[in-house]
Amino acid sequence: MKPAPFTHDRPDTAAAVASALAGDGAKIIAGGQSLGPMMNLRLARPAHLVGLTALPGMTEITETGGAIHVGAGVTHARIEDGDSPVTLPPMLRHVARGIAYRAVRNKGTIGGSLAHADPAADWVTTLTALDATLHLRGRESARQVPMRDFMLGAYRTALAPQEFIETVTLRTSMREALWGYDKICRKVGEFADAMAALVLVPGEGYARLVVGATGGRPLLLPDLAAQIARTAQHPGPDVLRAALAEHLPEADRVKLHLLTTALDRAIAKVIPA
Amino acid sequence: MQSGIGARIPRKEDARHLKGKAQFVGDIKIAGTWEAAFVRSPLAHARITAIHKPQGAEARVFTAEDMVDLAPIRCESTLPSYKVSDYPALAQGKVRYVGECIAICIAPTRAEAEDLAEAVRVDLEPLAPVVSVEQALAPEAALLHDDWGDNLFLTTNHAGDLTEAKAKATVVIEREYETARQAMNPMEGKGVLAHWDHKAEQLVAYTSTQVPHLIRTGLSECLGLDQAEVRVIAPDVGGGFGYKCVLQPEELSLAWVARRVDRPIRWTEDRREHLTAGANTRQHKYKITAYADDTGRLLGLDADIWVDVGAYSVWPFTACLEAAQAGGNLPGPYDLGAYACRTYSVATNKPGFTPYRGVARPGVCFAMELTMDAIARAVGRDPLEVRCLNLVQGAAMPYTNITGKFYDSGDYPAAARAAAEMIDSANFRARQKAAAAEGRHIGIGFSTFTEQSAHGTKVFAAWGLPLVPGYEQAMVKLTPSGTVEVRSGNHSFGQGLETTIAQVACEWLKTDLAQVKVTMGDTGLTPYSTGAYASRGMVMAGGAVSKAAEELARRLKIHGAHLLQCKPDEVEINDCAVTNGIASASFAEIASAWYLHPDRLPDDVNTAGLEVTEGYKPDIDTGVFTYATHAAIVEVDPATGRTTILDYVIFEDCGRRVNPLILDGQSYGGAAQGIGTALFEEVIYDAAGQPLTSTLADYILPGPAELPHFRLGHAETLSPYSRHGIKGVGEGAAIAPAGAIVNAINDALSGYGVELTQIPATPHRVLSALLDAQDKQKVPA
Repeated sequence: MKPAPFTHDRPDTAAAVASALAGDGAKIIAGGQSLGPMMNLRLARPAHLVGLTALPGMTEITETGGAIHVGAGVTHARIEDGDSPVTLPPMLRHVARGIAYRAVRNKGTIGGSLAHADPAADWVTTLTALDATLHLRGRESARQVPMRDFMLGAYRTALAPQEFIETVTLRTSMREALWGYDKICRKVGEFADAMAALVLVPGEGYARLVVGATGGRPLLLPDLAAQIARTAQHPGPDVLRAALAEHLPEADRVKLHLLTTALDRAIAKVIPA
Repeated sequence: MQSGIGARIPRKEDARHLKGKAQFVGDIKIAGTWEAAFVRSPLAHARITAIHKPQGAEARVFTAEDMVDLAPIRCESTLPSYKVSDYPALAQGKVRYVGECIAICIAPTRAEAEDLAEAVRVDLEPLAPVVSVEQALAPEAALLHDDWGDNLFLTTNHAGDLTEAKAKATVVIEREYETARQAMNPMEGKGVLAHWDHKAEQLVAYTSTQVPHLIRTGLSECLGLDQAEVRVIAPDVGGGFGYKCVLQPEELSLAWVARRVDRPIRWTEDRREHLTAGANTRQHKYKITAYADDTGRLLGLDADIWVDVGAYSVWPFTACLEAAQAGGNLPGPYDLGAYACRTYSVATNKPGFTPYRGVARPGVCFAMELTMDAIARAVGRDPLEVRCLNLVQGAAMPYTNITGKFYDSGDYPAAARAAAEMIDSANFRARQKAAAAEGRHIGIGFSTFTEQSAHGTKVFAAWGLPLVPGYEQAMVKLTPSGTVEVRSGNHSFGQGLETTIAQVACEWLKTDLAQVKVTMGDTGLTPYSTGAYASRGMVMAGGAVSKAAEELARRLKIHGAHLLQCKPDEVEINDCAVTNGIASASFAEIASAWYLHPDRLPDDVNTAGLEVTEGYKPDIDTGVFTYATHAAIVEVDPATGRTTILDYVIFEDCGRRVNPLILDGQSYGGAAQGIGTALFEEVIYDAAGQPLTSTLADYILPGPAELPHFRLGHAETLSPYSRHGIKGVGEGAAIAPAGAIVNAINDALSGYGVELTQIPATPHRVLSALLDAQDKQKVPA
């Protein structure tokens, strides 16, 4: 379990990153907690690894104009610990604490996790629920993509070649959000078999219900979310199961059962059943 | 004395481990060492039509064609109908499981060796894979070994007459049980570093093994070397569990290559290699019919047991030890009137079966304990009462059971009741009712077993092994400084033997543990021992050290008495000295007299000296039996299928406890592995025989958060047949958890009409069973 030969550098300008990524077989490393094992198994064989931590701002957390900007290179552990000059939404810290194991959290980054786009990862579901916006940087361009449009499928994202995530932005109102999060794992720290998140920001009329670990991109259930916001009632497991079955016709009965449970429990954390 | 038998003291070896200063195979530094990587089979079953070495690297890649002078691992057995499989170090002609070694590549670093291995091309012609015992036994099955005619290593038949049991039975329980294939996962995998020592004219093999002296025999036989030309050194070993008690094909390749290229070569197993090529244990199937009366008294048992033994027979324990143990141990601690059992050791395209902590008993205990609960449910009695009714009673000891096992001592029902009391089973039904009122599903389960330990010559000979253990030797000596040195050919790899055999020496020599230096596991430095397996280390090596230390104490008394100018029968040993009242001759003074100043000793001194090697075997050959009852209370969440262990108690009796602290550790570790068997661990194969669980993200081991706070209770019934009354304890705790936990799960889910019969009881299995039950209820009658 040793990786195939590769080279590595850490450019300190966005232009240099873009140049490095233009080379054959170049790939960004942003914590390496998924990429590293895949390279050791030789399932991933990048010829050149480009680290981003030397770029200015990549590991900073700031607040401007009603938005919290989390550098893509910020580790899960820093979020867990609240190691930030600005107050982070409580849901972020809660979710960070449940990602894998502390050793993984010490190295793994929020941007790395999003770019990897593992369907069972915590951030893709959580940041969809929190209506985050991703700031992407390319060779000569910068653009913003809402999180709900970022992940296209399992391990597929809106990132163009030579593009990388610079920051993750959240509205400061997410600090006051009512939220419920639930994930089901076989073992503490293992990848989730099911997860779900509910976020309500009553002042903004914002309601989002997201199901993760479906095998593809996070599943949004806008009608149910609106219903919950309108009625302040837990819809009950049968309604949830029916909604899931409709959106996930491929899911087997055990998967459906687990997703229903995660959804039921995430909602119940905000509105008891 | 503080350090003797019974002292609850931390282990000698902990200091170096805690400081990261232990020396495993991977830590050894020998100048010029190169690293090896193996080309392993990507297919479960295929013919090798060609192997292409990368151009320019031919001298660094070796295949079976290069190793014509290396004999395959060949494990003969004296059992009738047993079929021999030649297990070559590198595949010859055919590959028979995913992960089988095809070529060995060497380079200055492991990464470069892996680059080279990747560049080797192997042309394979796929053959039909045989992935289950059903497939293997089907009439048109592909053959693992072309000349066999079928895929059976061995069948055994314990013919018993069940006529009377059947006639009297009012309750008949029929069940099928299944246990998953597992990988043992010691923290340190296998590892070998071999080189040729020109001065000693010896092959020196540092290897991560439990059985260094056996490996010397195996290496010398396969390499065609005299045993004096082979030195095997087991350095620090990070867990064995049985995985390291057999001759490994990698050990052979490394030894051959190191000699050929005349350079030290190391190979360190990685976790992917372990989870694929090391997926070699625990997989059984059972079909059981139990005959009982209305009280739940078991009258007779009829069983078929299939063991999925994989492609090859391991040396020296054979492909059939597992089935022999399964058939012999199924009745376990129960007093059984009639028993018939047929076993089938079935060849499949998987790694060769290797005995794992508990050897067959975790499977048979699971099958038997679930059957006990099924009987209890059928007759409407408490499972504890049905157990106690059927267990061999204390007054019957010693007792020879229906398969001829001689249970030397103990009180099995008393242990079951003690465990029940610890877990407060008397009040459990009320607790269960209260939980149900809150919508929670909790259940209780018991599991009882016996653990045959330190079984000797006759037992192993009856299993037809090519190499039979008998006695054990050890050396104990007083050094010129007056400290103690112990040497044993057994080995310490986490089970604390390094400390506990020193404690046995302390018992006789009344010295402090820090004053005892222990050397183990090096065939160049230690007396012969077949090694550490079958829970024999403490009984056998402990017994040998005890005899040698006793003799050394006798000699010390003679010399000490001379220095004190009195008679040997007037002195005793106290606190590192020979004393007579207030007069004392310290060990240092006696050692000084013996080694440096013989003028202080009489002219007719016994020249046998202060270095004593003694041999030992227990008074009986049939083993001494530890036993225990485990009890668990679990909660099952029907919304997730997840089982949480709320309480877990172990009441055990292993005879004299040499170091209660180490014993507790053995219980915790064994039970943790048993919980892995019960709830988590499973090597999954697809239809092509590809293992789908080749990383620890897929093969789930229990972690600290999944384990309960184990509560332990002890009885201490000394064995009448072993030195100090010691019984072996290494394997026991791994045996019972699956029985206790699955019985508890079934108790928790009894309201749903769910009965699990397969382990691990994963959330997926629990949910599938619940959903099945739900579907059935929906079907109109």
